[in-house]
Amino acid sequence: MNSRKDTKIRAVIVDDEELARQVIRELLAPHPEIEVVGECANGFEAVKTVTEAKPDLIFLDIQMPKLDGFEVLELIGTGSAIIFVTAYDSYAIRAFEVHAVDYLLKPFGADRFEAALERAKERLDSKSPSAAVPATELAATARPPAQYLERVPVRDGAQVFIIPVAKLDFAEAQDDYVALSAEGKKHLKQQPISSLEAALDPSRFLRIHRSYIVNLERVAKVEPYGKDSHVAVLRNGVQLPVSRAGYARLRAFLDR
Amino acid sequence: MHPILSRLSRLALYLLAWIPLAALLAYLLAATGGLSRREAISMSLPLCLLYAFVCLFAWYSCRALPSGRSTIGKLLEVHLAASLVASGLWILCAELLAYVFTGMSLFPGLTSRLSRTIPILLGTGVILYLFSVSFYYVLLAVEASQEAEARAMEARVFARDAELRALKAQVNPHFLFNSLNSISALTTSDAPKAREMCVLLGDFLRRTLGLGEKSTIPLEEEISLIHAFLAVEKIRFGTRFRMEENIAREALAMDVPPLLLQPLVENAFTHGIANLVEGGWVRLDARCQNGALSIVVENTFDPDAPPRRQRNGMGLLNVRQRLEARYGDRASFNVRTEGDRFSVSITLPAEREGRAT
Repeated sequence: MNSRKDTKIRAVIVDDEELARQVIRELLAPHPEIEVVGECANGFEAVKTVTEAKPDLIFLDIQMPKLDGFEVLELIGTGSAIIFVTAYDSYAIRAFEVHAVDYLLKPFGADRFEAALERAKERLDSKSPSAAVPATELAATARPPAQYLERVPVRDGAQVFIIPVAKLDFAEAQDDYVALSAEGKKHLKQQPISSLEAALDPSRFLRIHRSYIVNLERVAKVEPYGKDSHVAVLRNGVQLPVSRAGYARLRAFLDR
Repeated sequence: MHPILSRLSRLALYLLAWIPLAALLAYLLAATGGLSRREAISMSLPLCLLYAFVCLFAWYSCRALPSGRSTIGKLLEVHLAASLVASGLWILCAELLAYVFTGMSLFPGLTSRLSRTIPILLGTGVILYLFSVSFYYVLLAVEASQEAEARAMEARVFARDAELRALKAQVNPHFLFNSLNSISALTTSDAPKAREMCVLLGDFLRRTLGLGEKSTIPLEEEISLIHAFLAVEKIRFGTRFRMEENIAREALAMDVPPLLLQPLVENAFTHGIANLVEGGWVRLDARCQNGALSIVVENTFDPDAPPRRQRNGMGLLNVRQRLEARYGDRASFNVRTEGDRFSVSITLPAEREGRAT
């Protein structure tokens, strides 16, 4: 990647307003080294396009139909350099927490845009577009305090599923992934279980085991299993192991 | 908090007021019981000091039995019984005191002379106690009326606050920023259109600024403000939205608070249309019925849209508070979600230039 001068920077523009995309397109026109490989008007399209085109640089609006900018970023990972483009200044801190290259406030002029582009190039010239921290983890830490996850976006190839947390039965850690069980289906998501745990409302979801988070509403009963371990039986009959620490947490919750 | 016990200065004043009472009691004791001046004063001073404190406790019974909530008979019964008990105890103390004085051979024969004054003591005790009771009731009434006034004041301040907040929120800055961004896009691609949008935005802003000073405007004027807003959004959203209007002729002349509906239409955009890939519609209905003006703003939205973290429901809350503050029970505000439709229904008194129709 150190010979960036030979290859073009491939960029994707994501904004639901055609005129907003037009501004960026126009400001990119004097830059032959940058090639716009896709334009998207909503979050689903963005995930699909980015997954397929694997661009180097993404201009990303925040408030859009289907998925907001942060949710898009959570799904596509940090393979690309991100420049947020929005009329809202209140997301700036969050944007930098997810290692965005820059944060452009609408309306912006050519100078400001050039500066953002410069930063993006610098970022692309250094080895990796951003730190090796998975985007999902960043997105979880960047979540505003006292606001828990209401829905979990999951990507399967270029397809996106939205799982409202109320429909989530339990989550199981599988290596680098979590398997989310909802309505009898399992969805794999690349995210450490601990960061999912942190994003979920602790009064509704409990880590009952090193590898399991359960939706407390789904727990039908907890039975002893073996000498000093337990199993949680869900309403749909699924049995989940409960560790000793998990059992203590469960008891503490039930006693409250 | 006891009105007298809570402050030392008040307690001192109160005790001072008892000095003439003590003098009066001394006179009565001397006149009816044939006590000497020294005897009468020696008896009346400590007795009055004691009774001054006993009467302080009448406050608690007054507060426990507010005059408005019990019948007069019940009040009389309770306080008369209390006064008799207090008075009886007082007489016992008087007897004890006289006994002590006699025992110390200060005033020989005082006990027997005191027994002649018992009816006087009883009467005085009852009257003084009941007097305190009525004093406290007057105090409580004054306090209650002051409190009511403070509450009314608070309500007025709250109403004005709601108005001010509403006026401050009249132009959503993000609407402005996004519109400016659209203009910035148009300047190179379609300069005449950019100019048109500047004019439309200017028109909308001028109208909103002017309206802030008026207390009510005809519905027609509010609707034309909405049209100015929609003209700007039309350029931003292109064909992504459709506006339907269904407004009864007689409703157009009715008074509405300025900028009551515009925030609702704006809400329909930020929380509805903006989240719909294929676009959607906003419908505005207004009609008069039975002396009320009823208005409905309905729009389509995506139930699975990403949760908005901004100004969520602020516009709606503002409109509701303004209606409440201005019309109280005479206005209603209802929000309904049904599938992919969101609607806000408002009714307010149908008035024209402040007069009911």
